[in-house]
Amino acid sequence: MHTKTINQLAQGLRSGEFSSVELTQHFLQRIRQHESLNAFITVTEGLALQAAQAADQRIASGDASLLAGIPIAQKDIFCTLGVKTSCGSKMLDNFIAPYNATVVEKFNHAGAVMLGKLNMDEFAMGSSNETSFYGPARNPWDTQTVPGGSSGGSAAAVAAGLAVAATGTDTGGSIRQPAAFCGITGLKPTYGRVSRYGMIAYASSLDQGGPMTRTAEDAAILLQTMAGFDAKDSTSADLPVPDYPAALNQPLAGLKIGLPKEFFGEGLDSGVAAVLETAISEYRKLGAEVADISMPNLNMAIPAYYVIACAESSANLSRYDGVRFGYRCESPVDLTDLYTRSRGEGFGKEVKRRILMGTYALSAGYYDAYYLKAQKVRRLISQDFQQALAQVDVIMSPVTPTTAFGIGAKMDDPIAMYLADIYTIAINLAGVPAMSVPAGFSGGMPVGLQIIGNHFTEDRLLNIAHQYQQVTDWHQQTPTL
Amino acid sequence: MSTTWETVIGLEIHTQLSTQSKIFSGASTAYGAEPNTQACAVDLGLPGVLPVLNEAAVEKAVMFGLAIDAHIAPRSVFARKNYFYPDLPKGYQISQMDLPIVGNGHMDIEVDGETKRIGITRAHLEEDAGKSLHESFHGMSGIDLNRAGTPLLEIVSEPDMRSAKEAVAYMRKLHELVRYLGICDGNMQEGSFRCDANVSVRPVGQKEFGTRVEIKNINSFKFVEKAINHEVERHIELIENGGKIVQETRLYDANKDETRSMRSKEEANDYRYFPDPDLLPVVITEDFKAQVKTTLPELPEAKKQRFKDQYQLDNESATILTSSRPLADYFESVVVESKCEAKLCANWVTGELSAALNKADLEITDSPVTASQLAGLLARISDDTISGKIAKQVFEELWQTPDSTADSIIEAKGLKQITDTGAIEAVIDQIIAANGKQVEQYRGGNDKVFGFFVGQVMKAMQGKANPAEVNKMLMAKLKA
Repeated sequence: MHTKTINQLAQGLRSGEFSSVELTQHFLQRIRQHESLNAFITVTEGLALQAAQAADQRIASGDASLLAGIPIAQKDIFCTLGVKTSCGSKMLDNFIAPYNATVVEKFNHAGAVMLGKLNMDEFAMGSSNETSFYGPARNPWDTQTVPGGSSGGSAAAVAAGLAVAATGTDTGGSIRQPAAFCGITGLKPTYGRVSRYGMIAYASSLDQGGPMTRTAEDAAILLQTMAGFDAKDSTSADLPVPDYPAALNQPLAGLKIGLPKEFFGEGLDSGVAAVLETAISEYRKLGAEVADISMPNLNMAIPAYYVIACAESSANLSRYDGVRFGYRCESPVDLTDLYTRSRGEGFGKEVKRRILMGTYALSAGYYDAYYLKAQKVRRLISQDFQQALAQVDVIMSPVTPTTAFGIGAKMDDPIAMYLADIYTIAINLAGVPAMSVPAGFSGGMPVGLQIIGNHFTEDRLLNIAHQYQQVTDWHQQTPTL
Repeated sequence: MSTTWETVIGLEIHTQLSTQSKIFSGASTAYGAEPNTQACAVDLGLPGVLPVLNEAAVEKAVMFGLAIDAHIAPRSVFARKNYFYPDLPKGYQISQMDLPIVGNGHMDIEVDGETKRIGITRAHLEEDAGKSLHESFHGMSGIDLNRAGTPLLEIVSEPDMRSAKEAVAYMRKLHELVRYLGICDGNMQEGSFRCDANVSVRPVGQKEFGTRVEIKNINSFKFVEKAINHEVERHIELIENGGKIVQETRLYDANKDETRSMRSKEEANDYRYFPDPDLLPVVITEDFKAQVKTTLPELPEAKKQRFKDQYQLDNESATILTSSRPLADYFESVVVESKCEAKLCANWVTGELSAALNKADLEITDSPVTASQLAGLLARISDDTISGKIAKQVFEELWQTPDSTADSIIEAKGLKQITDTGAIEAVIDQIIAANGKQVEQYRGGNDKVFGFFVGQVMKAMQGKANPAEVNKMLMAKLKA
C-alpha cells in the first residue's frame, strides 16, 4: 500500500479495497517500525485516526476531494493548531502552535490525513538534517548517510514509505537536495506560488513551500492544493492556479532544454554526471532538443545567498527572545541575562553562526559592501535566468555535486556543507521554480535531475518530469529497509 | 563680552493614525482595553505570521502629505528596524527608512503676528510597540501588547524653529491639522500625539549647527516649551563655562522640570535597517492620489481665509473659529440655521459659548447647547424679539435645560421684548412725570442724564423694552 500513488490510493478508498483508517494505521505501523530513521519529530496518531475516520465518511458520502483520506506528513516548519511545531529547534521544543499555516489549512480542508511532523534542520538552516535538535533523520538508502536537508525528514519519510507524500520548504535547495539524496520527486515552486503564512520564516525573500512525493503526478496533485493567493501573505502571487494534473500528458516534442556549462564543470562527481547524461539522452528520445548555454554569474550565487539569507534570518529569529513563547532560560537575573541565555541555550551552533553572519552583514559600515552588493548579484543572477529562459524552455542540471554524504562528514566544515547547495541556491535567488526528479543511481545511491523553468511554469515542469517518469522507473525504486 | 545665542529646533512628532485596525493585522486599535486582549497572532510576533498592510493607514498618510503640499513617493518601502526590547514582539519594528511615503513638505506658523514657513523633511509609516509596565509586578515587568502594531505616522521637521515658542506653534498647528484631516484623534494623554525635540544652540551668525541633543517623549504643549527652554539654558550655561555638548538622547522629567541623559551617541543602537522582505513596496498611483485628494477636507488656512472673505470676520475671530474643525462647523451651522449676521454668530460662539465651555472644561463637541439651539436664540436677537442682555439669560437657561429652545424659554419666562410703542410711551410718560428734577437737568444741557432715563424705563419694563425704541421715544419726549 505504501508504494501506491495518490490516484491509486484514492481509487482503493473509493472501491472499498481499504479504508482511510486502515491506510492510516498501515502508515502509523510503518512509522513505528522505522523509528530509527528519525524522520518524524512528532507523530499525531490520535489526530490522524480521527481525520481518517472523517475522510472515510466523506468518501462514503461521495463528497470528497482526491486527497481525502490520503496520509501525508508536514515538515515541522508549518504551524499546526494544537500540535507541537518545533522547527527542529530546542527554542520551539515547547511551542504548541495556536493556529494552522495556510498550507496545513488547505490540506485539512481537502481531507488529507496528517500523520505527524517531520524532522528538519534547525530553522531550515542546514543541508544534511544534522543541525536538528532531534538528531539527524537518516537516508533510507544507506542509514549511515544523510537524507539531505533541510527537509530531510520529509525526503526520508516519503522514500521509506512512511507517508504517501510530504511537504517541504526550500530556501536554497531544501526540497530538491533531500529529494535527490533520497530518490524522490521534489518541487520548489515559484516564489509566491504557495503561501508562506504559518511557515516559520528562515529567509523570507527565498523561502517557498512545495510538495515532496514519489511521482510527478503526486506532486501535481499536492501542488494543486497548496498553490494560490493568500490574503495573509503579501508576497503570495495573485494569479490563477492552472490545472496541474491536466497538464501532465502534453508531449515533449520540440521541447528546448538548455544545459548551462557552469553547472557541469569542476566539482561534479563523475558518477552523477554519467547519470545525468543518460537522463538527458532519454529526453532527446522524447523529442527534446538540447543546447549548451552559459550563465556567467552563477559562481557568485553561494556568497550572495549566504549574505541575503543570513541577513533576513538575523531579523526573523529575533522574536525568539524568551519573552512570549519558546525556550526561556532558568531564573534570569535581568533582561540581558534573559536574552543572552535564552538565545544562547535555545539555538544551535549553525543557527547562531547564521544570525551572527547576518547581523554583521547588516551592520553600519558593512551594509553596502555586503547586503547591497549581494542584492546586486541577485539581480545579475536573475538576469542570467531570464536570458537563458528566453533561449530555451527549461534548464536541466544536477541537483547536487555528489550523492548523499556520510553523517558527520561535513559537520566540521561549514564551507564544504554550503558548497553542497551549489546547483540549487541560484534558483531561489532568481525566484524561479525547479524540480528534482529521480534519474538513476551512482554507487547505489540515488541521483536527482534538476529541471528549472521560468516563473509560474510549474505545470510545464511537472509535465516534463511526468513524461520522463512514463519511460523510466527510477522513481519506483524503493530502498531495502 | 557675551555671545548672543541662537536656538535651533527640529521636531519629530509621532501621530497615531485613527484606523479601525492595526497597520499590519486585523486587531482593533481601540484604547483602554484589558492588557493583551487586542493583540492577535501577528501582533504577538508568533512564529510563521506575516504582516499585511492596512490600506487605510496609507490613505491617511497620503492625506497628510497632500495637506502639507509634500512629495508623495510613488514607491515607498518598509524596512525593519532591529533592536531588542520586551515590548517589541518581533525584535524589530517595521518602519520606513530610505524611501518614506511622504517627503519634503511645509507648514506655515504664526508667532507674534509674523508668519514663518517650517519645512517638513519627511513623514513615514511605522508600527507602534507595546507597553512595558514596571509597577506592581514584584520586581518583574509586565508587557501589554495592545498598542503593538498601532499605525504611526512619524513627521520629521527641518531644524527651522528658532525658539520654544515657534516649536510650540508648529506643534499646535500640526495637532490642529491632523485633527482637521481626521487622521489622528490628537489625544495627548493617551499618547496619540507624541513629540521628540532635537535642540541645539549656536552663536548668532554662525552657519554650522551646534551639537544637538534629542529630548524624548514630551507629551504636552506646556512641557515642550519648558523642556526646550530648560535644555537651551543648559547648553548655553555649559558652553559658556567652557564645557562641551555631547550628542545624546535625554528624557524630560516634568516633575523636576529638568532633562537627564538616557543614552549617548556611542551607546546608540545600530538598528541595521533593511527592506522588509515580507512586504511589497507601497505603490501610490496618480489615480490613488487624486482619489484621496477628493476626500481632503477644507484645510485650516483656506478655511480661515474663507471665513474672512465670506463672513467679513476679523483675523482674530477667524483664527479662533478655525482652530478646530468641529468649532468651525458649529459656527457655520449657527450662521446657516439662524440666518443672522455672521458677526453676531461669531461673537456668540467665541464669546458666551466659548467662555461657558471653558468654565465647564468641555470640548465644542460636548457642548450642552447645540448649534441649532444657539441659532434659535440668535434669530430672536436678530428679529428684536429679545435684547442682547435678555439673550444671555436665555443662553444660561439653554445651557441648563437639555432639549429646550430659545422660543420656549422666552415664552415660558415672558422675556419677549416689548416693541409696542404705546406701552413704552406710557412708561416713559410716567418716568418723566416722576423725575422732574432730572428732566430739568437734561433740558438745561446735561446730556448725561439721558442714560438715567433709559435705565429707569428699562428697569420699569424688566429689561424687555426694545432699547432702540426706548432711545428714540425718550429723545423725542425729553426734547419736547
